[in-house]
Amino acid sequence: MPILLRLTAAVLLLCAAVGARAADPAVDQALANLAADPKALRASVEALGGARGDPRALAVLEALRDGRLSVAGGEVLMRSADGRVLRARDGAAVAEAGSAFGLTNALRRGLGTAVARQQLLATDPQVRLAAAGALAERPSTEVEGLLRELLATEADARVRKALALALAPLDLDSADKARRLAAIGVLAEDGELAARGLLEPIAQGRDPELAQAARRALSRIGERQWLRDQFGNLFFGLSLGSVLLLAALGLAITFGLMGVINMAHGEMLMIGAYATYVVQGLFRQYLPGAFDWYLLAALPAAFVASALVGAAIERTVLRHLYGRPLETLLATFGISLILIQTVRVIFGAQNVEVANPAWLSGGIEVATNLVLPYNRLATIVFAVLVLAGVWTIFQKTRLGLRVRSVTQNRGMAAAMGIDTRRVDTLTFALGSGVAGLGGVALSQLGNVGPELGQAYIIDSFMVVVLGGVGKLAGAVAGALGLGVVNKLLEPAVGAVLGKIALLGFIILFIQKRPQGLFALKGRAVES
Amino acid sequence: MRSLHTPRGWAVFAALAATLLAGVPLLNALPADSALHLPDYLIPLIGKFCCYALVALAMDLIWGYTGILSLGHGAFFALGGYAMGMHLMRAMAGEGVYRSELPDFMVFLNWKELPWFWHGFEHFGFALLMALLLPALLAFVFGWFAFRSRIKGVYFSIITQALTFALMLLFFRNETGFGGNNGLTDFKRLLGFALADPAVKLGLYLLSAATLLGVYLLARAIVRSKFGRVLTAIRDAESRTMFCGYEPLYYKLAVWTLSAVLCGLAGALYVPQVGIINPSEMAPTQSIEMAVWVAVGGRGTLIGAITGAAVVNGLKSWFTAAAPDLWLYALGGLFIGVTLFLPEGLTGLAARLRRRPAPLAEARP
Repeated sequence: MPILLRLTAAVLLLCAAVGARAADPAVDQALANLAADPKALRASVEALGGARGDPRALAVLEALRDGRLSVAGGEVLMRSADGRVLRARDGAAVAEAGSAFGLTNALRRGLGTAVARQQLLATDPQVRLAAAGALAERPSTEVEGLLRELLATEADARVRKALALALAPLDLDSADKARRLAAIGVLAEDGELAARGLLEPIAQGRDPELAQAARRALSRIGERQWLRDQFGNLFFGLSLGSVLLLAALGLAITFGLMGVINMAHGEMLMIGAYATYVVQGLFRQYLPGAFDWYLLAALPAAFVASALVGAAIERTVLRHLYGRPLETLLATFGISLILIQTVRVIFGAQNVEVANPAWLSGGIEVATNLVLPYNRLATIVFAVLVLAGVWTIFQKTRLGLRVRSVTQNRGMAAAMGIDTRRVDTLTFALGSGVAGLGGVALSQLGNVGPELGQAYIIDSFMVVVLGGVGKLAGAVAGALGLGVVNKLLEPAVGAVLGKIALLGFIILFIQKRPQGLFALKGRAVES
Repeated sequence: MRSLHTPRGWAVFAALAATLLAGVPLLNALPADSALHLPDYLIPLIGKFCCYALVALAMDLIWGYTGILSLGHGAFFALGGYAMGMHLMRAMAGEGVYRSELPDFMVFLNWKELPWFWHGFEHFGFALLMALLLPALLAFVFGWFAFRSRIKGVYFSIITQALTFALMLLFFRNETGFGGNNGLTDFKRLLGFALADPAVKLGLYLLSAATLLGVYLLARAIVRSKFGRVLTAIRDAESRTMFCGYEPLYYKLAVWTLSAVLCGLAGALYVPQVGIINPSEMAPTQSIEMAVWVAVGGRGTLIGAITGAAVVNGLKSWFTAAAPDLWLYALGGLFIGVTLFLPEGLTGLAARLRRRPAPLAEARP
């Protein structure tokens, strides 16, 4: 009877968990009343809300709120999250389930207060924090006494702050002026935008002292919010900038150094993203234990996949088109169409799902309403690492030396014994491989589909063109500049208009600074 | 002025004109059970090809003859199309799904009155003028800035691509006021003629074909004129042309603007026949396809541009019906194959085949 054994074990564990905390007789009484007379819901809710130090109260109240509570056979039962039915009294699993309680609106309100009370009393500070935060948004006089009592005894500083914020709206309505001033002070220190609605009537009010304090508090809140917004914009701008940098860095190599217009560059990103998808599938199949680390294996895979495709393109097509940039543009566009269609045939036209590993999910909450997601942070770090890698290759390795020499003077480099054709292939493969790495990053941020590359190709070209051709530093400046300006424009004019404004800006910018970006200087024109 | 064509050239032109203007309506008029009968549904398709050929001519003037590859011609084409589409929307005021004076999409967005930029489009003449003027204006301003700072080659191509991309994003927004995603569609009539009527479709086709022939003659006159020779000189050696005392800016700007106007005209003819205009016409891919029409036909020959547009679009129609999955392979292959093996396109190939029997007899002038 393995099922029975397992059930018994679960019950024992649950009982142990329940028993670890003191059982409040009031809870037993309320449950007994509820079982005896399901109509007496209101009294039982109040009794449960008033209980102290008994985790069963919160569990039962939440179950009632979520429609998981029922009565059958003289016992109050609740359905747990995994679908089992437990006896509310002692947590024992039972087979049957009764019909759920229905709630009226009036009852729902009372229930909300009772849940809030129990949450404020919970042992987990996170639960207490969340409860105090919810109360700050929907002040309730019914828990005022409890809030005051808890504020005096609360040990956790963050919870204490949240409790003070939850009390402040209530204190603002009190008759005691000192208390109102203190509440304004609390809101000035820690209040959010929502507190404005409370402070504005006071700032307009008759009492000059209160009005002045409220005005000061309002400007403090405004300043804080502005700073936070700017910080958020800067962060998301940097994040977008590093995405652009990852997308454009490969292009900066192939276009900037080799002068090859690779319209299929976006598809190199796409191949990198699909390589990530494939590696993910392999891990899921063969190494589910190490699934969280599949991204690390995806990096070399994406690099190699994109680099091989790039080398093949260079060998078969581009090689014959050097010195004919417009033809190169058309031919590589044809290649991009073929690559897109090939991916459609292999993986389907729909987007594929690439999961964030656990260590990239979530984020750091640096302030209320401002969460820095881990995947964005990781993108910034990753962009820096890739940039450092590319820089190292160009400045510190023999390959880099050869690439630079071929870029500067092909004929002389060849005369010195450098196999320029091989260097061309390697450079193009390197640029494509870097794009593949960018694809890994993109797969963590957005949808992965056959058209992934098309979304980035124009932005990538803009980055390289804005930053200046032939300089990695230019690509960095272009990418970060575009990213940050884009995010700063976005709240003011919206995403699409911001982007259009940016494209217009680039067209105007090259009016002012064509040198080094577009037209070659003086006699160098059409050598 | 020199003659536009040799007698043989005129004969070819006359044959083409006769096929387009007389042959197609005749075949269409044959009884339906005849083997040579041209079904009604093919008429707007050929009309569409005529519009594309017009675009290809415009593209050839700027790319084939002046050496400036534009990847933003879809924007001019779509602007002309939108101007005509706006007239067609206004012409059916009160007959939409909502029986409102406003176009349906505005009712849907809960707009109460016509935006200011929609005024005037109820007049056909105004709309036609705008179909030519708006692309001209955009091209002039854009070209002025771009050519003045001597942006050329691939940089110009990339910037034009950004231009059409930006416009596409703009037109995709509902708030811009051109129907967003769905664009303008469900047209009913043009100048009182019902667009669904086969006779009207034939008329529109004939108009497109006649315009194509007329624009061909115009383009031929341009490339044979001194102006056209300066354009070719700019293509081949811009600096030397400049040192000879010609200011390339004005020549480029003139032909660029003219090219945009021709695209606008093509768009205006295209929309009533196809019955819809939406922002996807401005997608960068569309503009690159326009370049490949010219590349396939043969750059720098007007007849090549027309041939290329007909061949590529004919293939596209056939593929999307017979083997839709293969079309992108075919198109991609065309891009690569033409650039690698046929730099002078189909006309170049034809000329090479003609010359082959007696290669020594051909002396370079």
